Amino acid sequence: MYTFSSKLKTFSFILMAVGLLGIGYGFLTAPKDIQEVEKILAADSHGSHGVAKHEESKSSHEANVASEEHADAAVVAKEAAEHEEHLNHVLHQLQNKPWSALYVACIFFLLISMGVLAFYAIQQVAQAGWSPVLFRVMQGITSYLPVGSVLFFILLVLCGLHFNHIFVWLGEGVTDPKSANYDEIIAGKAGYLNFPFWIVRAAVFLLGWNLYRYFSRKNCLAQDESTNDDFYKKNFKISAGFLVFFIVSESIMSWDWIMSIDPHWFSTLFGWYVFASFFVSGITVIAMVTLYLKSKGYLEHVNTSHIHDLAKFMFGISVFWTYLWFSQFMLIWYANIPEEVTYFITRIQVYNLPFFGAVVMNFLFPLLILINTDFKRITWILVMAGTVILLGHYIDFFNMIMPGTVGDQWFIGVSEIASVLFFFGLFIFVVFTALSKAPLLPKRNPFIEESKHFHY
Amino acid sequence: MSNKVIYAIYNDDDILMDAVKKTRAAHYHIEEVFTPFPVHGLDKAMGIAPTRLAICAFLYGICGISFGTWMMNYIMIQDWPQDIGGKPSFSYIENMPAFVPIMFEETVFFAAHLMVITFYMRSRLWPFKEAENPDVRTTDDHFLMEVAVNENEEELVSFFKTTGAVEVKVIEKQ
Repeated sequence: MYTFSSKLKTFSFILMAVGLLGIGYGFLTAPKDIQEVEKILAADSHGSHGVAKHEESKSSHEANVASEEHADAAVVAKEAAEHEEHLNHVLHQLQNKPWSALYVACIFFLLISMGVLAFYAIQQVAQAGWSPVLFRVMQGITSYLPVGSVLFFILLVLCGLHFNHIFVWLGEGVTDPKSANYDEIIAGKAGYLNFPFWIVRAAVFLLGWNLYRYFSRKNCLAQDESTNDDFYKKNFKISAGFLVFFIVSESIMSWDWIMSIDPHWFSTLFGWYVFASFFVSGITVIAMVTLYLKSKGYLEHVNTSHIHDLAKFMFGISVFWTYLWFSQFMLIWYANIPEEVTYFITRIQVYNLPFFGAVVMNFLFPLLILINTDFKRITWILVMAGTVILLGHYIDFFNMIMPGTVGDQWFIGVSEIASVLFFFGLFIFVVFTALSKAPLLPKRNPFIEESKHFHY
Repeated sequence: MSNKVIYAIYNDDDILMDAVKKTRAAHYHIEEVFTPFPVHGLDKAMGIAPTRLAICAFLYGICGISFGTWMMNYIMIQDWPQDIGGKPSFSYIENMPAFVPIMFEETVFFAAHLMVITFYMRSRLWPFKEAENPDVRTTDDHFLMEVAVNENEEELVSFFKTTGAVEVKVIEKQ
């Protein structure tokens, strides 16, 4: 039986408190109106020439107006309108910043627990002989799912209630031809992208995933006390059913929660790409929690062979992520069709370092570190590689979401770091509380003996 | 006298493994073990050093990616930088995504083929190579351990009789 160390508990509370303060700070310092935006832009105009020039040309125009009576008032009015439009644009981006930071961190941790759940279901269905000693660890990690789902769902509802501008297609008047905000392309997708349908889909997916997690854990615990293998078989069946539901819901989830942030853009393999990203993060988290519990002496039957297997999965799925990343990028880059390629143009021009940095962190680094068999058994190397992979996949989600919401106003500052810290603290608290609720070794799993003696 | 060897023949891999461990413990030098299929853990029991074939393959892969990069850079960027369908051929990095499939395949090609050839050379395998099995049954259902004899022939024979060998032969090697 695991006991939640008070040190770790305090650590998680500190993370949550610091995170909450930072999130609050992020919301408080977001600009309220365009006057504030003007001040912010003027303050860093020495850094960005575009804005400075814009201001200059405007003032010179005003000087012209003053001196020449027959000055073209229309030009000035147009300039002013453009300037205001620009300010409005930047205002929305800056107001989105704390929301997007929260959104990225929230979906990242939610999907990590989903990655673990998918891995767990696959292990059940594949009747893997090595992993049953890790089932309770995986169940512990997925216990974050209900908590994360509720928070994420609230965030989605807030988006729908116009608390923020994360989703352009949720904006008012977007589908109304008489409105100034009318967008024909989005209006054409309104049959799919409308708030009621979208939120119901989200509810169904979250509910489906949580139901599987709940019953799978329940059956697994019941199997401990059982005299036959009925609960094991039941778990096998619901895991297979879940995997079918999961792959459909995962794909739609990725369109709904991530791809619809750029509603003018679409990509066919996006669902797989998102899946690979959070799947490898989930496996990495399993490895890291296992290493932590092992180092505290709680996992008697876990040996370096189990760790080695997890490390192989981390390595393999990292490469799989890269394969999908590159396939998506290269196909669009090669064909260079304007309506698709803007997605990557923004990312390369405005997010150059995070965009390519994610490839280095999620591919080059694990490729060179985890290719070595001996390294895959060394704790500190795995913790280091795991940290880089997790940070890299946070950056990956950042790259998917931020360009559509804050554009060139991005920065990894207080809002972003605080949101990650808050959810990280919450994650630790929920996961390790759940780990202390059940024995760390399943008793009557048909493969548990094999798993205890697993040796590679 | 010095080129006499003992052939201890077994008909079960578990018995063979035990015999190998006993032989090692008794400090007799095992020349070779012939088995009809891979016996898990035999190399460890015999104390054979781990293979370095994977390291070779990694280095060959580096050669492959270097070759692929050099080839595409020379052909597409240096030698004749044509405009083909608007692809930017001003520098290698600008057109790199188009070269990645080639670089990848070259890496795999070099790593795989050179590693296999290395394996053939190190294990001395080639067409028309004369087969070396000391007893034809070792390719079917028998396991054979070959141990050098140094003046202690009777001691060795009686030792191998105790290890569960179905047959112990003393052979004068040519």
